[in-house]
Amino acid sequence: MNQLDAITKQLFTKVADITELPEGAYNLRSNGQLCGRVSTENISITTKVDRSGIDIAIKPGTKGETVHIPVVVTASGHKETVYNDFYVGDGADVDIVAGCGIHNCGGQDSEHDGIHRFHVGKNAKVRYAEKHYGEGDGMGKRILNPQTEVVMDEDSLMEMEMTQIKGVDSTERVTLAKLGKGAKLLVRERLMTHGEQWATSVYKVELAGEGSSADVVSRSVARDNSYQKFDACIEGSAPCHGHTECDSIIMEHGRIEAVPSLTANHVDAELMHEAAIGKIAGEQLIKLMTLGLTEHEAEEQIINGFLK
Amino acid sequence: MLELRGISFDVVDKDGVKKSIVKNVDLTVGDGRFVVVTGPNGGGKSTLAKLIAGIETPTAGSILMDGVDVTAKSITERARMGLGFAFQQPVRFKGIRVLDLLRIAAGRELSLTHACDYLSQVGLCAKNYIKREVNASLSGGELKRIEIATVLARKPRIAIFDEPEAGIDLWSFNNLITIFASMREAIKDSSIVVISHQERILNIADEIAVMKQGSIEKLGPRREIFPLLTSLDEAQASCEKVKTL
Ligand SMILES: Nc1ncnc2c1ncn2[C@@H]1O[C@H](COP(=O)(O)OP(=O)(O)OP(=O)(O)O)[C@@H](O)[C@H]1O
Ligand SMILES: [Mg+2]
Repeated sequence: MNQLDAITKQLFTKVADITELPEGAYNLRSNGQLCGRVSTENISITTKVDRSGIDIAIKPGTKGETVHIPVVVTASGHKETVYNDFYVGDGADVDIVAGCGIHNCGGQDSEHDGIHRFHVGKNAKVRYAEKHYGEGDGMGKRILNPQTEVVMDEDSLMEMEMTQIKGVDSTERVTLAKLGKGAKLLVRERLMTHGEQWATSVYKVELAGEGSSADVVSRSVARDNSYQKFDACIEGSAPCHGHTECDSIIMEHGRIEAVPSLTANHVDAELMHEAAIGKIAGEQLIKLMTLGLTEHEAEEQIINGFLK
Repeated sequence: MLELRGISFDVVDKDGVKKSIVKNVDLTVGDGRFVVVTGPNGGGKSTLAKLIAGIETPTAGSILMDGVDVTAKSITERARMGLGFAFQQPVRFKGIRVLDLLRIAAGRELSLTHACDYLSQVGLCAKNYIKREVNASLSGGELKRIEIATVLARKPRIAIFDEPEAGIDLWSFNNLITIFASMREAIKDSSIVVISHQERILNIADEIAVMKQGSIEKLGPRREIFPLLTSLDEAQASCEKVKTL
């Protein structure tokens, strides 16, 4: 990490919680260039030959290992589309940390479009964390359009944690998942937009196998003049359980649209959605003010807690 | 010391009709005094407490804390001057843990051990609760105790508890009484106001105020007021009302 400049290092820390080179397998990418890669005995990372991106192959039965694949963009005007494919072997149990940080202090838009595809083997367990972050005071926009496709084999488990708290001007997130028999998907999304930002998040989850289940929960805050759209669709084609929840706070002139939808193709598909949008409850503010906080401090505490 | 001078609170309902919820209330709670405010449901007790905390603004009168007029001061300012308030119906928060709330209340880096002490005082097994979120998963009684713990953590010079016993089981009820006793010892010259319907809390009051239809109807030392509360005509008055409905 030593040869990296301060801004790049800091962005890696923001999006992947790393200050040193991570343990286990990793692939660090900055402005389209590879700046560090390590494969391990069980996890191999190779450059794609047909297009930009990498293949990450995790051997069956790999336990307790981690993969870090953070990306940073610091060159104003840099635009890229990257395809990353994960092949998670049967029975593997791994942590994957992705994420993208953009620093743009120039006049041109910077953009990273990451397309992640997961093939999760039988009985495999994956914890996937993805953080997005933007900074820099240039007029150029910071744009992130992540697409995640997940195919889950029998009895596999995937936990996804997606966080975008600050600084990204526009985002179109698409998450597609297809679950086999007994597979389980848990998604936790945390989103905050401010200024003139906008973000859309679309989920299409198909519960195709018997006994599969999905729980997609989004918590978000829209401040200033920002706009968000949450569009979660769960389709149940077998005896299954599906649940989506969108819980949002709007402040100032923020706008949020929540469009949850359910399709049941099987009589034993149990599907449910919940959506709630509103401003911070006045009573919550008042309680914290009686504990000595100003109204502004109270708001920050409530939002920090909500997005934690 | 807390002083209320001629406090009134009027609201105008949606038909434009004026309604007086608190009427010309005078009340002084001296240093080291423990005053219990009681009276029928809807009598204006919680509203009075909210006026003291700055959550509602009186339409007339003034409120003084230790001789300083705070009528125009905000909720935050009054809190920082040493006022603590435990709500009748505590609020819940998503994502804020019991520990976070106690730390906010303390207004300083509160060690885990100290935070746990406050929970133990309100009869909650600290290790089970300290990391829990103050959200809908807590029972009413648990929430109520956490609310009391947040006020203890503030070490207020003037504390108001709005029906602290509501929803709390019998075992912790004894604790509650111990809490008030130890608060009086620990915070020198503090003034405590408790709104309550409970005989056992009335029993430890220095003074009792009876509030009815927005006015303080009776006020005096416990020995004088307490016998009047259970007297026949009080009980009869409410029976009469039912008959005339
Ligand atoms: N902002 C308001 N607008 C209209 N009516 C109000 C307002 N605040 C309080 N009231 C009414 O004033 C009356 C007094 O309410 P308050 O909650 O103070 O009673 P209380 O003595 O605390 O009763 P309880 O023993 O049931 O807790 C009630 O009838 C209530 O509905
Ligand atoms: Mg009340």
